[in-house]
Amino acid sequence: MRKRKFNVKEIPAKTAGEIDDRFQVATPLRGILNKVFPDHWTFLLGEIALFSFIILLLTGTFLALFFDPSMQEVNYQGSYLPLRDVHMSRAYETSLNLSFDVRGGLIMRQMHHWAALLFMAAIVIHMARIFFTGAFRKPRELNWIIGMLMFWLGFTEGFAGYSLPDDALSGTGLRIASAIMLSIPVIGSWVTASLFGGEFPGEIILSRLYILHVFLLPLILLTLITVHVGLVIVQKHTQWAGPGRTNHNVVGERWFPRYVIKQGGFFMVVFGLIALMGGLFQINPIWLFGPYEAAVVSAGSQPDWYVMFLDGSTRLMPAWEIRIWGYTIPPLFWPTVVLPGILSTVPMLYPFIEARLTKDKGHHNLLQRPRDMPERTGLGAAGIAFYLVLAFSGGNDIIADKFDISLNAMTWAGRIGLLIVPPIAYYLARRISLGLQQHDREVLAHGVETGIIKLLPNGQYVEVHQPLAPVDDHGHGELPYVGWTVPKKMNRLGALGPALRGFFKPIEEPVKPRSNGAKPAEISEKEKEKV
Amino acid sequence: MLTRSPAARKVTAALRMLAALVLAGGIYTLISPSAQATAPLSAAAQEGKALYDTSCISCHGNNAQGVEGRGPSLLGVGSAAVEFQVETGRMPAARQEAQIERKQPLFDDAEARQLGAYIQELGGGPEIPFAGQTAPAGDIANGGKLFRVNCSSCHAFSGGGGALSSGKYAPTLELSTDRQLYAAMLTGPQNMPVFGDNQLTPEEKYDIISYVQNLKSDVDPGGWGLGRFGPVTEGLAIFLFGMVALAFAALWIAGKS
Repeated sequence: MRKRKFNVKEIPAKTAGEIDDRFQVATPLRGILNKVFPDHWTFLLGEIALFSFIILLLTGTFLALFFDPSMQEVNYQGSYLPLRDVHMSRAYETSLNLSFDVRGGLIMRQMHHWAALLFMAAIVIHMARIFFTGAFRKPRELNWIIGMLMFWLGFTEGFAGYSLPDDALSGTGLRIASAIMLSIPVIGSWVTASLFGGEFPGEIILSRLYILHVFLLPLILLTLITVHVGLVIVQKHTQWAGPGRTNHNVVGERWFPRYVIKQGGFFMVVFGLIALMGGLFQINPIWLFGPYEAAVVSAGSQPDWYVMFLDGSTRLMPAWEIRIWGYTIPPLFWPTVVLPGILSTVPMLYPFIEARLTKDKGHHNLLQRPRDMPERTGLGAAGIAFYLVLAFSGGNDIIADKFDISLNAMTWAGRIGLLIVPPIAYYLARRISLGLQQHDREVLAHGVETGIIKLLPNGQYVEVHQPLAPVDDHGHGELPYVGWTVPKKMNRLGALGPALRGFFKPIEEPVKPRSNGAKPAEISEKEKEKV
Repeated sequence: MLTRSPAARKVTAALRMLAALVLAGGIYTLISPSAQATAPLSAAAQEGKALYDTSCISCHGNNAQGVEGRGPSLLGVGSAAVEFQVETGRMPAARQEAQIERKQPLFDDAEARQLGAYIQELGGGPEIPFAGQTAPAGDIANGGKLFRVNCSSCHAFSGGGGALSSGKYAPTLELSTDRQLYAAMLTGPQNMPVFGDNQLTPEEKYDIISYVQNLKSDVDPGGWGLGRFGPVTEGLAIFLFGMVALAFAALWIAGKS
């Protein structure tokens, strides 16, 4: 009997060959697997949002199995005693059951909520990275717009989810949302009535928010995420300027295998962090809020953090009511309809506005350091300051109470702060950018400080500087300023032994400095190239 | 018909007048309070008066009649108000401000009750109906309903308190005892409204007390409650803990420059 030859090592190649024979995937797959990712930690911020979204889908599916968005009135008989025999909606009852009677339900609910907060937080931080490094410039304007759209979709999605449990806090939020819609002149009452199916709260709103929350918005978000990531693949990733990096290449690691492992690991880290927060930190304790009743409005009623800036703008708005042609424009209209209208459209157009102002129509794959665009950096700082003043004003009653400050003083501080903090932030960020730039130029011109002090015959002390490149007749370096990282310490030049690299601990052991009095070593050709 | 002489008529008129005066005077003597005749104070009230005369009189005045610009009259505030203010350390107050805050009490509970007895016997007013430290047990679920409608708009869903206008605030209920909770509802100290017995019956007050005490002793099932402040601390947590931790993770995974 002849033994059949069976080689284990051949299995992957043979399997892949068989698959390729049938589906012809080798060529497209090679392109994808070979995609190069530049290696920088800030390029992983968007991934946090993506991974949070995946966790939201997973935990959300679990929650949907037990949640019923019905406004039918029931009498609670579950295991949370302080609410026994209390009348509530079926939605609130099933949310309570999820928390107290479904095994693992509470941690799923909490993970879902923390993942939602993280999703929005990662989007905002990612967006700030894109903004400050100029990654939105041509050809990536569309991806910037998609990113902004996803922020506002996530905002709506989060608000719909916050409203679903029908506890007193979410009902209060929904009431405010209906008031915001009512404040729109002319069409407000029609919009509200058609959304709520009549007068607030009606009986239909939760089912509508539910289908929006579990189907429509996630579907749109998923589509946009696909386009967003697809565009990154098609347009390639941006990268920091540096040696060997041009507008026409990408320097980094291949997607497969190392980067896939890194990304898989990072997903596990994000998952682990959300599970940790879901297990350790209580979030949205709906059982404390009680069922929604119109008369119940608790002190400290706030929306989730990403909506808080609108709460803040509402709190800061003076009570200016305008009556014109028989219509009333309530003060609520300005901070909650006009302001988000501006905030959602103007930033979307920013790439085009900036290109027009700087007359820069070029194709950019290299990032800019924030210090090299002081105006943009200042503008971004002003925007963040504006947002933070509003967000902190959204929680100003908690701050007032816990820090013993008058609530009126907080309101006025917010009003004045909203006007003066952004310009101050603009000025400071711009000055800091220019200062950093100036220091880079100084090192390029005069060299790195060596720490060696020389006593001249006339008694003057001077510090010896190590030029980064050959110098001209005046002793000035001839390297042009190109917006790359400039080494500022001798050990970055290899002169004082290898630099200590590595974030948590040194990768290399530090070498003892050379004997005293030795002149700094000449820079090698390789190092010259690096700088 | 009997006819009388004018003299006889004058005599009867004078007699009727006299009888009417005696009757009016008699009734007046019977029902009018006597300014001079003070009922003797009970032993507890006398102890309270001694404390009052050393610690309270400078602002609330002789016989608790108040001092213009310094302290109000305490006649009619009742022992419930006195016990609340003294037991929570709010009285004696350090100074006049937007709101007098809770602090370490100067008098112990027994002394607070003696002061209460003194003020009660001086001018009457609301009293705490139960003698012990703990209120009769109430229905927690009903208390929750009443708490959410009547109390949470200032003290917050968690009983942790909240800000009011111009430096005033609703304090946390964390340290409040049953008697203090009852007294506060009954007398409405400082900025708190009065919840008289026609608004919340004593049984309903017991329900609320049971709910509040249960709320405080209840363990947070979801982990650390983050102070039960709601979304403000949750938002801080996601940035200060979540995003910071993940930024470090990203730094660990990918390079710096």
